[in-house]
Amino acid sequence: MVRFIVNKFFFMLLSLFVLVTATFILMNAVPGSPLQREKATSPQIQKNLEAYYGLDKPLIQQYGVYLKNLLNFDLGISMKKRFYSVNKIIEDSFKYSLRLGVVSIITSVTGGCVLGIIAALYHRRFLDNLAMVLAVIGLAIPSMVMAPVLQYLFAVKVRWFEVAGLEGPLDYVLPTIALSSVSIAYIARLIRSTMIEVLHADFIRTAKAKGLSGHVIVWRHCLRNSMLPVVTYLGYLVAGVITGSVIIEAIFAIPGMGKFFVQSVVDRDYPLIMGITVFYAVLLMVSRFLADIAYALVDPRMRLYSSKAGD
Amino acid sequence: MQNESNVNFVRQPSADRFAPIERKLAESEHIERKGMTAWQHVRHRLVSNKLAMTGLVLIILIVLMAIFAPILSPYDHYSNDLENANQPPSWSHWFGTDDLGRDMFVRTWKGAQVSLFVGIVAALIDLAIGVVYGGIMGYYGGKVDEVMNRIAEILYAIPYLLVVILLLVVMEPSLTTIIVTMSITGWINMAWIVRGQIMQLKNQEYAMASRALGASNMRILFRHLIPNAIGPIFVTLTLTVPSAIFTEAFLSFLGLGVQSPVASWGTMLNDGINAIQNYPWRELFPALFLSLTMFAFNVFGDGLRDAFDPVMRKSS
Repeated sequence: MVRFIVNKFFFMLLSLFVLVTATFILMNAVPGSPLQREKATSPQIQKNLEAYYGLDKPLIQQYGVYLKNLLNFDLGISMKKRFYSVNKIIEDSFKYSLRLGVVSIITSVTGGCVLGIIAALYHRRFLDNLAMVLAVIGLAIPSMVMAPVLQYLFAVKVRWFEVAGLEGPLDYVLPTIALSSVSIAYIARLIRSTMIEVLHADFIRTAKAKGLSGHVIVWRHCLRNSMLPVVTYLGYLVAGVITGSVIIEAIFAIPGMGKFFVQSVVDRDYPLIMGITVFYAVLLMVSRFLADIAYALVDPRMRLYSSKAGD
Repeated sequence: MQNESNVNFVRQPSADRFAPIERKLAESEHIERKGMTAWQHVRHRLVSNKLAMTGLVLIILIVLMAIFAPILSPYDHYSNDLENANQPPSWSHWFGTDDLGRDMFVRTWKGAQVSLFVGIVAALIDLAIGVVYGGIMGYYGGKVDEVMNRIAEILYAIPYLLVVILLLVVMEPSLTTIIVTMSITGWINMAWIVRGQIMQLKNQEYAMASRALGASNMRILFRHLIPNAIGPIFVTLTLTVPSAIFTEAFLSFLGLGVQSPVASWGTMLNDGINAIQNYPWRELFPALFLSLTMFAFNVFGDGLRDAFDPVMRKSS
């Protein structure tokens, strides 16, 4: 088990290093300096600016400084938003993204589980078909379609919710639905197929034979076993929420990190792009790493296997 | 014995009611139903899956419309006609017009061309790289497999969209750039599917027979093993298409993809979103057809998987 965790951790660091290096190389491969302005600046000012951002040093030295700063969680200074450090921008905007993200992840998992359980219990009956049709539709509608449609229907036509912003609890409803519809559908299908399999397993028959009530069987025995694939999916769910949030935040005008990421890409604000990319990457890789460990902890077979094979 | 059977209320026919049939040797081995090959079984299961066939019909319709609608329409996708800007759907403009007076019907199907092109080309590139890489991993095994697998794992752990966005920042945004960037990490999934298949197949008798006859490794791999893994490969290929279409729309929506005046569903969605209050049709049609296309490919891919893998089908 320990070896499994250490192994995974080591490879996570390696992937992270590859990404960080690739980001650095890419950002330096861009033609033209990010300090170039439309107006010609005098050579002296240009030099001072370069010295200020450390761009006058040789590339390998810049790389060293960049790595060292990263280890100190210093992501540098934004080039377009004056006097703002990348850290500050992330700090200010991340709380919105985090809140929305956590709410959507909870919604995805509970919504997906409920839909999946209903479908499995009513296998091949009306409710099952209905749930699966909903799931297929949910999978097919991408967030950039879902969000404007919801906005149009419930904020423009029927004025139940605000069109934009993230102030009160009601403001969370539309962005959350848009952000989690795809993963609700995915989790529902996942739960349904494993649950149908589990429902036919021997230990469920034993539980029924012992005279346990339907609720105990479903919640204690079935659900726990059907949750395994969902645990693995959690790491990817975080990725989905992050990429989704980039679009959702733009559409609902939420001042979150996704919005700044898009803005930085449009502005070609390289330190900000690099900073947010690295931040996202750490977030994603750590959550995948945790999902892997959680999976190993939840599934005893996995634990047995890993202590034997060491992988 | 006879008495006992009379006591029972169940009517038991007595032996003398039976007459032996003459045994015809020639016909005894005859099988009434025609045998079905594995492919016929797959086709049968696929055709009897209504949802999958709906998907297939939708795909065919969308492809036909994408090819012929822009040719047959009197309008083109780039000419401005400011006098007719923001017209609602009518007989002359079936899907209305956008803020520059461009016909939405033609633009929607031009967008379909872009989406289908990106989806199919990206899937084919994934196929080419994935099959070769995965085939070599699975066939050689051991150290080769371990090293190649580790490389794939490291690449896979790097968030896909971040890499794509980063590369698009650096390179000029265009269709080619999108496809190239998507292929950088897109092939890994296919490689793992192929690897798993080859590992199962490589010790089969026909592979051994081929080896005993002196066939080269490459010949065994590409002539014998890969063709036998075609089912899962094809399923993965089909399911790659909607995710590539999604990625293209996502990037174009953010302004990183195809640039105006080329029509892409992503850019059209982004254009339409500001006008959704007053001119909802500008958002509606690209949204509808993007969703329909993804729905069709997803449903067809699911159906294919069920058809190739009947064991999976039972439980789902």
